[in-house]
Amino acid sequence: MSVKKEAAVAIKNIHKEFILPQSKNSTFKQTVVNIVKKNKKVTQKVLDGISFEIDKGDFFGIVGRNGSGKSTLLKLIAGVYTPTAGEIQINGGLTPFIELGVGFNPELSGRDNVYLNGALLGFNRKQMDSMYNEIVDFAELQPFMDQKLKNYSSGMQVRLAFSIAIKAKNEILIFDEVLAVGDEAFQRKCLDVFDDYKAIGQTVILVTHDMATVKKFCNRAALINEGKVTKIGNPIEVANEYSRLNQIAIDAQTGKKQQVSEESAKKPNIFLSLTKYGVKANSFAVNDIADLKITWDSDIVADRLLVDLYKKSGEQVSNFISSREGIKTLIGKNSVELQMTLNLAPGSYYYSLGLWTKDFKRKLTSVSPVGEFTVTKDYSRAPHEFAGTTLIEHKWKSS
Amino acid sequence: MKYLHSRNRAILREMVITDFKVRYQNSVLGYMWSLLKPLFLFAILYIVFTYIIPLGKGIDHYPVYLLTGIIFWNFFVESTMIGSSSIVARGDLIRKISIPRYLVVLSSSLSALINLSLSLVVVFIFALFNGIMPSFSWFLIIPIIVELFVFALGISFLLSAMYVKFRDITYIWEIFLQAGFYATPIIYPLMNISERYRGWLFMNPMAQIIQDARYVVATNTSITLWSTVHSIAIIAPFIIIALFAIGGGLYFKSRSKYFAEDI
Repeated sequence: MSVKKEAAVAIKNIHKEFILPQSKNSTFKQTVVNIVKKNKKVTQKVLDGISFEIDKGDFFGIVGRNGSGKSTLLKLIAGVYTPTAGEIQINGGLTPFIELGVGFNPELSGRDNVYLNGALLGFNRKQMDSMYNEIVDFAELQPFMDQKLKNYSSGMQVRLAFSIAIKAKNEILIFDEVLAVGDEAFQRKCLDVFDDYKAIGQTVILVTHDMATVKKFCNRAALINEGKVTKIGNPIEVANEYSRLNQIAIDAQTGKKQQVSEESAKKPNIFLSLTKYGVKANSFAVNDIADLKITWDSDIVADRLLVDLYKKSGEQVSNFISSREGIKTLIGKNSVELQMTLNLAPGSYYYSLGLWTKDFKRKLTSVSPVGEFTVTKDYSRAPHEFAGTTLIEHKWKSS
Repeated sequence: MKYLHSRNRAILREMVITDFKVRYQNSVLGYMWSLLKPLFLFAILYIVFTYIIPLGKGIDHYPVYLLTGIIFWNFFVESTMIGSSSIVARGDLIRKISIPRYLVVLSSSLSALINLSLSLVVVFIFALFNGIMPSFSWFLIIPIIVELFVFALGISFLLSAMYVKFRDITYIWEIFLQAGFYATPIIYPLMNISERYRGWLFMNPMAQIIQDARYVVATNTSITLWSTVHSIAIIAPFIIIALFAIGGGLYFKSRSKYFAEDI
């Protein structure tokens, strides 16, 4: 018997339609004209029957391409919009902000903005007084707090906003694209905070385009496409599906430009086989030699092959380019073999590949992500265990 | 529920403080202007209406009488004009956060109320200089201000919700206010109006409010609703205020859930 976890957010068959702006009556004249002409309202369906639950303690990712309706969904959860039909149940307090720095006023000092933003997040003056120093320290903006916000750089503003936002102590937190802004150091700080949230079992709803983050932090995710949930569950599958959707969109674009035949999208024209000492395999020991044989249709005249190798979290491990590494051209061939010594730490990996014309002018065909393999905790072929991603070739010298 | 309450209070407080701070940004005298404005207004009115157009002959303490009328009317104009555009003006908040929408309107009315209070300080100081003895009747100004505040707030709720969809509303309301300035006995004394029409003038809640305020602050010779109308019609201005307050509030409440997408 499995114990049902309590739902933090229950979304039940949500529909949302907007009246399109051109038919909106924003002046009396237009209203009168519309009444006389009996113009029908033009509506746009943004969400079309969405249902799912987010459990307490979930780190839930919502992904989707631009215009898929994910921001609308988030605003519905946050109570900013009212659904056209359906119901959303929220169980527990919800930090009601969608964006960082809501209500920031450029004419006020950094200090005043901290208090203003804090109030909007649900803190009174006393509570803000007690955590003001922590916020400023975290933002690393001590010398600037009495300056007007309009004199801050955009990075400084984001830092300040984020430092306040993470103080919010509600049961459910919503983050929309916080990682899209800020430099690398700031992003790392965000990720550290996410780590803490995960450790304490904080319920978080995260909207992002960064699949590596989804794979790393989320325990569940949903893909929204054209107003519907097209995939939900395992964040890695959801992220891969999202990447595939994007790839289709990119291929459609490049396809239009370069008139690659439609068939290439329909049926596979590139074939792979991963073997270990001649036997098909997708699980290897550390330092095993893997052979990847790639075969493609003879009507594809490719000059070079590019293979990208990633960790499952989305970080790239390495890449291999046939023309860079010995094979001058692939023209006249329709298969090639790549032999890799997998001096990789145990874990899951995947690879994608593409066939290109000379100088990477044109991508002929690609499959992404094409395959996964795992490296097991079998160090029998390695000199010893190691930490990190890989053991690079090295030598010690002592004098 | 209690938590919610204190949360909203914190938001309201910060919004009013922000309003106040932003208003006097970049001015050398800053907050002093809240006092200087009514002060100079008073000086101008005093010169114009005692030396150039002596409209107020025969009214005790006419300068104080006049100033009281002006600052009450100014509050009405300020709070309804700023209030009606408040929801659209804070669209950045409305679109991104689900704070109770009424807080936005309420905060703009409260800012105007603070200004009214500061102006009243000036009125009382001048009342003393003008030889009016301070009395307990001055405290009666409080229920009158409450009445005015409720009236202005009700109108602000109604107009701000309408303004989200019909941007013409502020222009229409401005014209209304222009007409209202003359329909209300602000610069002309009621004595100069024929008694037949006075009753009708008092159906305007602003007339009742301003004349009552003058009665308690400046002079008990001020003609009021109570001394003019002796029929059941005496409740008319209060009915009007109640209608605006309840109707405006309900209309606002029904529309507020669509503000985020309509702005």
